[in-house]
Amino acid sequence: MGASSHPQHTTSHATPQSRGDQPAVGGDDEGAPLLTVADVRLSFAGVRALDGVSLTVGEHELFAVIGPNGAGKTSIFNVLSGVYRPQQGQVRFAGHDLIGREPYAIAALGMARTFQNIELFENLTVLDNLMLGRQRHVRYGWAQAMWWLGPARREELAHRRHVEDLIDFLEIEAYRKHPVGLLPYGIQKRVELGRALAMEPRLLLLDEPVAGMNAEETEDMARFILDVRDELGIPMILVEHDMRVVMDLADRVLCLDFGQPLVTGTPEEVQQHPAVLEAYLGGGATTPTAPTPTAPTSDAAEEGPR
Amino acid sequence: MKRGATISGRPELRTSYRADMALLNSRPKRLGAGVILAAALAAPFLITDALLAIAALACAAAIGAIGLNLVSGYAGQVSLGHAFFIGAGAFTAAALTGDPGESVYGLGLQWIVAVPAAGLVAAVLGFLVSPIASRFRGLYLAIATLGLVFLGEHILDNWRSLTGGAGAGRRGVIAEIGGVRLDQPTEVAGLVLTTSQQLYLLALVLLVVLAVLARNLARSAVGRAFEAIRDRDIAAEVMGVRLGRHKMIAFTLSSFYAGVSGAVYYTVINQINPESFNLLLSVQFIAMVLIGGIATISGSIMGAFFITFLPRITRELPAIVPFLTAEPTLRDGALLTVFQLEAILYGVLIVGFLILEPRGLYGLWVRVRNYWKGWPFTY
Repeated sequence: MGASSHPQHTTSHATPQSRGDQPAVGGDDEGAPLLTVADVRLSFAGVRALDGVSLTVGEHELFAVIGPNGAGKTSIFNVLSGVYRPQQGQVRFAGHDLIGREPYAIAALGMARTFQNIELFENLTVLDNLMLGRQRHVRYGWAQAMWWLGPARREELAHRRHVEDLIDFLEIEAYRKHPVGLLPYGIQKRVELGRALAMEPRLLLLDEPVAGMNAEETEDMARFILDVRDELGIPMILVEHDMRVVMDLADRVLCLDFGQPLVTGTPEEVQQHPAVLEAYLGGGATTPTAPTPTAPTSDAAEEGPR
Repeated sequence: MKRGATISGRPELRTSYRADMALLNSRPKRLGAGVILAAALAAPFLITDALLAIAALACAAAIGAIGLNLVSGYAGQVSLGHAFFIGAGAFTAAALTGDPGESVYGLGLQWIVAVPAAGLVAAVLGFLVSPIASRFRGLYLAIATLGLVFLGEHILDNWRSLTGGAGAGRRGVIAEIGGVRLDQPTEVAGLVLTTSQQLYLLALVLLVVLAVLARNLARSAVGRAFEAIRDRDIAAEVMGVRLGRHKMIAFTLSSFYAGVSGAVYYTVINQINPESFNLLLSVQFIAMVLIGGIATISGSIMGAFFITFLPRITRELPAIVPFLTAEPTLRDGALLTVFQLEAILYGVLIVGFLILEPRGLYGLWVRVRNYWKGWPFTY
């Protein structure tokens, strides 16, 4: 087949299309964190969804955001990807200000995400869904597309090779030409991860990647997330309710409650923090009996079958 | 092994992405396309001129149906305004080819200049409408484009120097290429071609070229972006798809196809009445897309042929079905005229297909194909 080059090359072996945008994503502030969110405030009518949230994500970091339902976790993602526009605050990503940018422009800078409720294009095949992830690398226009021969075909072949690497990486070869809507849930989640990876992102936002999965699927997904970090070297922000996954994978954790940041720290620090325990377990839970690492898991599983 | 080579005995094994992504990537597809094309080219010498004229109209309609399918089927932007762009193309081509001496505009240009120009004028109109249209979704877009039809009807009815005015109309598009009038029989290499044969072949060539171009667009990143917008526009934008830009491309290209369609259609029919470009025409094109198959190019063509030949078929029915008359008025105890039956059939067919086979004629074909693929098994 000639397309089974190992996936760890996917970021380094630049296709002709991706070479062009290296300066753009290089950023002008060297040494600064990849992503800086400073004092973001977002409200809908009277509801404060985000109330002064700040965070930073480094070049190789796996950053997790946790919090009870309605804490504003997904709102952070929607601010980052440009779906929501916060009233206040700053978001800097790879040397660019994100506030006020359109979602496609943010995607073009290399921000990729998955969604809590799978947002795949069900009528399209796995292949087409992943090819859609290549959108920010497409250089040919509609006229060249209609003519097909020449630049369009050359580029499409290059994108196909890239996408096939990802199909190999995610072990979904058998589903390549299946319409996504017909696939099992766990595979759909994997395809969605693949679509985000096809963007060759600088930062990947994962919104509840293991929600609703059984133990086996969860373990598979956790392994893929680790592979993304270690093999592909892509930094991530992870929103997840499964505390075992969060505590095992994350380098640092931010806990939110009602839009307010409670604490940021290593998984161990966050786990022991009284404010976190109160948010999850309610007042009076801050009794001396320190919870075991798995204790919040069972209590925090307030949504989704597990 | 050489790239693209096949293992002997397994001609269907694809060993390169290039072979896999080819337009006709299997032997049955290549064979089928070849047979259909050969039959289409042989048709002028096999069927009567009357049927051939309808086939030429069907080719013209198919170009318009492909256009509507690009914007409504692929990009999901329901447009009721297709008749407006068809009309714009028809009158542009008529004015460009018309006789300069007549009471309506006429520049006496060549057909080969007028048809692309008709497409371009319609495309410019579509481009101008797209910034407004791309702000609407679903029903609201349908209503907004509906307004376009009424606006167009009013303008065409009253712009007498271009259209001849309501009730009068003007002469259709004159097909003159390099001094050869195609609306008169011509001798080519010892073979006399009738008007219908010439116009059919002309329309067929245009249809094949435009259909292949549209198919290429549909399988490219642009086509994928269209479908992404149709299915989930917010997710599409987060994936890097520029909504406004792609809706603009869809509207503009769709209008171009509509303009060419109008120009070719009224090359075959030699009288244009401004009242023709009404809501019913738009609905007919929607019927072609729905009955043919949403988001398929071949379906658009099938749907256009089906709808265009429908009146010809219903006209035969009074001979078989009682209480049906071919007269325009009800007489001699008839309950239904063929014209009423046609109107009813559009509705019944649209509803029937939506319920029973939403993938349209294309879907029926897929069923037949899958049955024979699996034969003698049913799975």
